[in-house]
Amino acid sequence: MFEEMTYPESVNNAFLFIASIAAVIIVGVTAVMIYFVVKYHRSRNKKAVNIPKHYGLEIFWTVAPVFLAAAMFWYGYVGYADITDPPDDAMRVTVYGQMWKWTFEYENGLRKDTLYVPLNRAVALDLKSLDVNHSFYIPTFRFKMDVLPNKDNETWFKAEDVGEFDIACAEYCGLEHSYMYSKVVVMPEAAYKAWFEEETAKMNASDTTASDTTASDTTAVEKGASVE
Amino acid sequence: MDATTHTNGSYLSKTGGKGGIRSWIFSTDHKRIGLLYFASLAVFFSVGVVFGLLMRLELIAPGPTITDAQTYNSFFTVHGVIMIFLFVVPGLPAIFGNFFLPLMIGAKDVAFPRLNLLSWWLYLAGGLIALASVVMPGGAADTGWTFYIPYSVRSNTNVIPALIAAFILGFSSILTGVNFITTVHRMRAPGQTFFKMPLFVWALYSTGWIQLLATPIIGITLVMVGVERLLSVGIFDPSLGGDPVLYQHLFWIYSHPAVYIMILPAMGVISEVIPVFARRTIFGYNFIAYSSLAIAIFGSLVWAHHMFTAGMSGVAAIAFSAFTFLVAIPSAVKVFNWVATLYKGSITLEPPMLFALGFIFHFLIGGFTGLVQGALSVNLHIHDTYFIVGHFHYVMFGGMGFGFLAATHFWFPKMFGKMYNHKRAAVGFWTLVVGFNTLYFPMFVMGWLGMPRRYYDYLPEFHTYHFISTVGSWIVALALLIILVNLILGLAKGERVREKNPWGGETLEWRADTPPIHENWEEIPVVTGGPYDYKRNDENESTT
Repeated sequence: MFEEMTYPESVNNAFLFIASIAAVIIVGVTAVMIYFVVKYHRSRNKKAVNIPKHYGLEIFWTVAPVFLAAAMFWYGYVGYADITDPPDDAMRVTVYGQMWKWTFEYENGLRKDTLYVPLNRAVALDLKSLDVNHSFYIPTFRFKMDVLPNKDNETWFKAEDVGEFDIACAEYCGLEHSYMYSKVVVMPEAAYKAWFEEETAKMNASDTTASDTTASDTTAVEKGASVE
Repeated sequence: MDATTHTNGSYLSKTGGKGGIRSWIFSTDHKRIGLLYFASLAVFFSVGVVFGLLMRLELIAPGPTITDAQTYNSFFTVHGVIMIFLFVVPGLPAIFGNFFLPLMIGAKDVAFPRLNLLSWWLYLAGGLIALASVVMPGGAADTGWTFYIPYSVRSNTNVIPALIAAFILGFSSILTGVNFITTVHRMRAPGQTFFKMPLFVWALYSTGWIQLLATPIIGITLVMVGVERLLSVGIFDPSLGGDPVLYQHLFWIYSHPAVYIMILPAMGVISEVIPVFARRTIFGYNFIAYSSLAIAIFGSLVWAHHMFTAGMSGVAAIAFSAFTFLVAIPSAVKVFNWVATLYKGSITLEPPMLFALGFIFHFLIGGFTGLVQGALSVNLHIHDTYFIVGHFHYVMFGGMGFGFLAATHFWFPKMFGKMYNHKRAAVGFWTLVVGFNTLYFPMFVMGWLGMPRRYYDYLPEFHTYHFISTVGSWIVALALLIILVNLILGLAKGERVREKNPWGGETLEWRADTPPIHENWEEIPVVTGGPYDYKRNDENESTT
């Protein structure tokens, strides 16, 4: 049933599903509680009746939540299964997190501090930290993934709307953690292509004049750390 | 305190041959130790509240408001360390467990009274070191109470003193756990089988096992962080070949079960209060007792749900998510049984009952928002946002905090032989409910909209919610003040209580003198029935 749904929609759905059940039960239990307190207040009910147990009820309210919990688990699992497995044709971007900025490196070595992506195209992210733990978070796209120094996490998304969206750091990383924002800019396919070609050309031009920012091998990662 | 020495032989007048403060700080009487904890917890809690208020004040508007980012980062670290390690974890077991566990099982003291005093001294030492780390040169730790590596290895602040404090406090907690487990096994009154124990005792017993089994893991983990900082061994620090995710696992293997150390005793309090003020036997005694054990066991198997975004294998994520949903079930069973206990009761809304019902309402919200986060895909969105800050404050403050206040108002007359003003207590309660929800509910909205936690500054779109939340923090402060002043006035010039059983409870502590005598009993009571029989209800009418 999630097939035609975008990832953010599936998260919204899972949230709404759980939150609705929660709201019904919270309001229901509270209402029953208040009703009992009013109805069986000592001013109306001088003498209590002992009812020590009722196996039928106990079994009911132990088993019924199991089914509800299973359904909640399932809704959450379906979306998660999607996001952990990027499609093979996804374009790849390497994300470098460092105190306190993001750097995005495209497959040809082009490096930017804003993430430009084409509309409706799967974008797989290889997440690398240059220092402490960070977490790459795009609230609008409903996902985050930790960016760790010793282990490259992977995640992906497909933007379905043109526009600019916030990228935040969600794992506490020190002094300017709250300023570690960037943007993801979603452009129509053609506009993205034009932008990418222009930027690549600019990069190549500067490479011939200043050869200090070359290659996308691991040494470039170290250099990336010092690129402001 | 000496003003209340009206009953001959009251523990309050039995100084053990020591004068003044020495009769308290060197006392091995479980009741005096309970009060020592009460006084010291109250001090640390107040400090924690102040840091919380300062955080909220900084966040009242975007941009720098009252302080800089470094100081703010210390605020939330110190607030977390104090509230978790110095208040919420020890709170109920150390004060009310110490005072009432022996009374409720008809014992004269805990099994190891001197160990008990040692655990208070360790608590005090840990607490003072934690406070010292705030004012020592180097600056208060700025790592968050979770001390995540690698940041906690790189930070130049007083991380080591904070770690030492948490380590020592862990020992205090372990000793309390060992003491309670042994006491429950060895010292119950004649006739009191396990299934005739009060449910608060069941909760403390389950809690004791978690304290004993889980706390050593955090102890050794914090030592390893210290070793890492001082000797650069390379256990966790990736630049030395260590694994920071290993740290997260070890941290949460303790710290998730610790959540149940915090909430189980509060649930035990609710199970005591509700039958007393509904004047009837509790519904589903066995189910509530077993659910405490189930929570202790399942609660030990869900730690990695704090780490779904750290990049774990799909199988592990599924298992930890599924267990997270399972652990909710014994909690739900407790709630249903409490509400069912109200059915056909004869209910009065005395202050302890108000706080107990407040617990149920807030715990429902706290519990369900936990389930929202247990769902894998939703977790990836709201993890490390204000949603979780809201969630755990509903569980910790709305749950443990309200449980703590229920316990305080419930056992106050027994502990001190005095009564507080009921009207003022009710005003305090309702003010707290309003303030609490104003403070924490906007956090769910902010979190869902993408406001990350531990942020000194924020985007303008979150301003309204932060503002409301900060106003809520003032109302909460006012409410706590009303409650505190009322209790102090009660202590100083409240009405004297001499009757043993002012509320009409049926557990053993209500058979002891008010306040209890030294060593609790002239004659050890013999237990013949269950803890909440309310047999008089059955005299004239048959029951189902």
